[in-house]
Amino acid sequence: MIAVTTMKIEFEVNGKAVSADVEARTTLADCLRYDIGLTGTHVGCEHGVCGACTVIVNGAAARSCLMLAVQADGEKVTTVEGLSNDEALTPLQASFRKHHALQCGFCTPGMITTAHALLTHEPNADEERVRDVLSGNLCRCTGYISIVEAVLDARVAYGSKGE
Amino acid sequence: MKLAPIRYAAPATMDEAIALLGSCDAKVMSGGQSLMPIMAFRLATPELIVDLKKIPGLDQIVIDDQGVRLGAKVRWCDIESDGRLAQANPLLAEAIKHVAHYQIRNRGTVGGSVAHADPASEMPAIAACCEAVISVIGSKGARKIKAVDFFISALQTSLEADEVITEVLLPAWPAGRRWGFQEFARRRGDFALAGIAAFYDLDGQGCAANAHIAVFGASDRQHRLPGAEAALNGRPVTPETIAAAASAASAEVDPPSDIHAPGEYRRALVETLTERALAHAAK
Amino acid sequence: MNTRPGNSLIGSPVERVEDLRFLRGKGTYVSDFSLPNQLHAVILRSPEAHGVIRRIDTSRARALPGVHAVITAADFGARPPHIPLRLQPLPELAPFHQPVLAFEKVRYVGEPLAVVLADTASIAEDALELIDVEIAALPAVTDRASAERGDSILFEPHGSNRALVWTATRGDAEAAFVKADVVLKERFHIQRHAAMFMEPRGFVADWNAETQRLKVWGAAKVAWTNRRILATAMGLEETAIDMVELDVGGGFGSRGEFYPEDFLIPAAARIAGRPVKWSEDRREHLMCANHARDIEINVEMALAKDGRILGLRGMCYSDNGAYLRTNGSVGPRNVAQFMSGPYKIENIHLQTTMLTTNKTPSGTYRGPGRFETDFARERLIDLAAKKLGMDRAEIRRKNLVADADMPYPLATIQPFESVTELDSGDYHAVFDRCLKEFGWDEKSALQGKLIDGRYHGIAVGSFIEGGAAGPKEDARLALETDGSLTVHLGSSAVGQGLETIMAQIAADSMEMSFDRIRVLHGSTTHVTEGYGSYHSRSTVMGGSAILLAAEKLKDKIRECAAARLGCSKDDVTIDAETVRFKTTSLTFAGLGAEPIEVEATFYNKKYTYAYGTQAAHVSVDVGTGHVRVHDYLSVEDVGRMINPLTLHGQAIGSIVQGLGGTFLEHLVYDANGQILTGSLADYLMPTASDFPNIRSITLELKPSPNNPLGAKGAGEGGIIPVGGIIANAVANALSHLGVEPMELPLSPPRVWALIDAARRAKR
Repeated sequence: MIAVTTMKIEFEVNGKAVSADVEARTTLADCLRYDIGLTGTHVGCEHGVCGACTVIVNGAAARSCLMLAVQADGEKVTTVEGLSNDEALTPLQASFRKHHALQCGFCTPGMITTAHALLTHEPNADEERVRDVLSGNLCRCTGYISIVEAVLDARVAYGSKGE
Repeated sequence: MKLAPIRYAAPATMDEAIALLGSCDAKVMSGGQSLMPIMAFRLATPELIVDLKKIPGLDQIVIDDQGVRLGAKVRWCDIESDGRLAQANPLLAEAIKHVAHYQIRNRGTVGGSVAHADPASEMPAIAACCEAVISVIGSKGARKIKAVDFFISALQTSLEADEVITEVLLPAWPAGRRWGFQEFARRRGDFALAGIAAFYDLDGQGCAANAHIAVFGASDRQHRLPGAEAALNGRPVTPETIAAAASAASAEVDPPSDIHAPGEYRRALVETLTERALAHAAK
Repeated sequence: MNTRPGNSLIGSPVERVEDLRFLRGKGTYVSDFSLPNQLHAVILRSPEAHGVIRRIDTSRARALPGVHAVITAADFGARPPHIPLRLQPLPELAPFHQPVLAFEKVRYVGEPLAVVLADTASIAEDALELIDVEIAALPAVTDRASAERGDSILFEPHGSNRALVWTATRGDAEAAFVKADVVLKERFHIQRHAAMFMEPRGFVADWNAETQRLKVWGAAKVAWTNRRILATAMGLEETAIDMVELDVGGGFGSRGEFYPEDFLIPAAARIAGRPVKWSEDRREHLMCANHARDIEINVEMALAKDGRILGLRGMCYSDNGAYLRTNGSVGPRNVAQFMSGPYKIENIHLQTTMLTTNKTPSGTYRGPGRFETDFARERLIDLAAKKLGMDRAEIRRKNLVADADMPYPLATIQPFESVTELDSGDYHAVFDRCLKEFGWDEKSALQGKLIDGRYHGIAVGSFIEGGAAGPKEDARLALETDGSLTVHLGSSAVGQGLETIMAQIAADSMEMSFDRIRVLHGSTTHVTEGYGSYHSRSTVMGGSAILLAAEKLKDKIRECAAARLGCSKDDVTIDAETVRFKTTSLTFAGLGAEPIEVEATFYNKKYTYAYGTQAAHVSVDVGTGHVRVHDYLSVEDVGRMINPLTLHGQAIGSIVQGLGGTFLEHLVYDANGQILTGSLADYLMPTASDFPNIRSITLELKPSPNNPLGAKGAGEGGIIPVGGIIANAVANALSHLGVEPMELPLSPPRVWALIDAARRAKR
């Protein structure tokens, strides 16, 4: 086993196979933004507090600033771009828009990825659970109320049977 | 806030991992959720990161007559979603609800938390309270370390540089055991300003026995509070007994002051939380 | 002109156009923007709070592979450029201007010392560790006491750490205190905290040596003013610089002011001859972007025994940090000028001393000075009610400015004199509406009640919010040949939804459909002059400019149409993007061979004053000192709502920021001037779990008489009285103990300490 300072990594991003030559010290967030060119993943603190860089790794929400890019070798990563299409907003995105759950938009990709991961696993999450989960994502603009409403309202699109 | 240069290895076997750890200033990465922030601030600048991700095993929760065996790579979300733990060790199940946030719970691991040994974190508190046995392996072979011998000080453990934690055993939890867990943090998911993990059994006369009360966030490491335990053992668990135990608890801590709270506040908090944890246990 | 029949968009909850890109991760924030061949800049910052720079040796750093240059103050001649004040630019404050790189001395931890340019940000950070800096440390000045003692002075030639004293006067305060039946005297303190927007700052700069032109991406808030400052510092014509605004991740007063990096990055691009990119990290942000608040308020209130407030007098001390930043005077002066708030207080003599200390320089943060002064005033009113045995609602009703008194002059502030008056409002109606919606009468039964281990309390208070700072704003409208409308605007977007709001105003005023309108804003390429977004001014100033421009454009369209249709322009009618004369009609598309363009300017000298009342219900856990907010209601009259959806968002977001400043947020320093809250794990902002119970109601009772929209700036409002109201609710909950909070934040340890002290005193 050889320890490396740079490495060619191959992984799946938003369903597509990608590769990148990265330094071992490169975070997954920086790799996605600068090597893969997906700048929707935002970096707000780089120390694992703000949640703006949340992506989905093998189905689970993760902070991409708390992962080395080399750790993603062989994994499946989904970013906000992978949860979007050009034709129309997804039900989750439309719910965010309807509820005015974003202002400056900087924390929004992290909110979308986190909420998507949550509702995929727990489509019946109640308000307390939604607040608990979103408490790992900072938003300075909205005061969160509209975000929580937007996520609750989007549950039906994930197969929630209602309360 | 870019990391200092590092080398990275993801060995496929534990033997390789141990060899790498012994080769230079290296750090084990399990979930990375404690290590990455301190590397981002360049407070930790290891030469080499040894990632455990390819090492098979270590990721199971085994419940047997010995108790609950948590593999080092068991993540907080694994504990959260394991319905068996409500019976097998409800104190653990409750405590882990307080660990960090959703995304971190998806990657943070038992071994990582125990090795990091932040004095305000939950898993070491459960380990201290339950008299956990921590299995480690290194170049000199495998050994088992009692929690009381494992946690030395803030961010300091008795783990050798080339040793890796493999398992944390929480001894068996008898039916009928009473327990309570309380922590107070500034916000959801923050490190505790103070916390109490407690359990006791009831003897034939309905009195408390075998009391275990551990404190976290109020000193340089997680540890038990023998004075508070003594105030409980052999007595019926009345509000008066609880108050006496809580008072004893606050008397036997000498919490440090920091930007989040002065020591005297933390001391008072230990009393409040001990009282509440024991009141929950007695319910 | 206040009522505009036929409006369909103004006043409607139009979903935002910005959202379509933000929700897909397709916004372009400055860190998302790159140029080919760019170098990355990282800044070496002072580890010392106060000291004399002996030596900066960059040779080891320059030798590191991948490093292209290390820039120090020596690269800018005998004296590096200093940053002038944007607001209240008094000559007597010139000694306190910040140099773009520390010059001779360092005065706070985080002050820029050098700029490293390298192939990657990581390499540049590696190089920081190779720069040898020798600083002869001096004693740090970290609070009012050490600043006033003066045994260590930040600016020796000035001779003291006092920068300036602001004085707000009205009537005869001394006489009022002689006549008073009751006088209260208290000391309040509002802790240092900050705007902490989520997208860190950043720039990309490109110098074209051939054309001698500079282009800077990452402009925000006040691009035109900053271009002027930058041009002077770089020895360029203003017109040689283009400032480009990309998507902006929050401002709240702090982003977009001219900081050292606003010069350093463009200057580095010129020195290196290559594009330079800088992305601020969160640690830098915490110690470099403007801090705010940090004011001690010593104030007396004189009252008659019937509860009328007769006068206010006192001295406040603002800890301004190490330099006077571009808007560093605003908060301190506002504390003095706006302490009377929405209340009829005829006699005022209030001063604020601005002190320099070895901490990060301060500037504005949403509701600057108002959050602080409202904390003191609302606390004093509750204390007065207690002393006089009056009902807390009644004493406020008795003192609110009446509709009949409008316009109502506030205290005049000196130096840099400012005279202002409350423009309009029915303060009593909003007050009563708030009590009713809150359920004040029902909740009154909760006061001091112990329920499940928590003591409950309620409070109510009123506030004013200034807006619409002049002098003017420009809008240029272009009816394109395809019939669409382009709006070029001097206002800036900082995340508040400007594109949507301005498109609504433009669509209504041009009677066009919303999706035919494109709003370009904030960049110096769009209009010749712009004043940007601060002081809750964009909607009023930019929106009014659009209204004026639309009238001109319609006139010009009629003129064009008349020429085509062979009639007089007065005979041409416009509706539904079509011009008509009798039975002939032409659509906007193809009306002219060239775009039809007009530019208009809205001038304004008078501020608008939105106003409101808020009420809170809290409970206190005496075992931990934790305060839970069970209900928080804000009722605000903004004159005219453009978009209820976005306005509601502003109101709720602002209140939650206020709750952050009340309970959580605190920038802490030690006695050596080291900042101890250097991460977001230590600087605590509200999260989704903290404050779930916030309500906001917006009214349109009294339009502003000062602009054609009738709108009042409303972006800041919610935050203003939060600290005072929450502290009053906590005092109400703990009235059995006599707990009276005088300082923020109301952190659990502080509340517990108050409870503990009260209990000891009772024993």
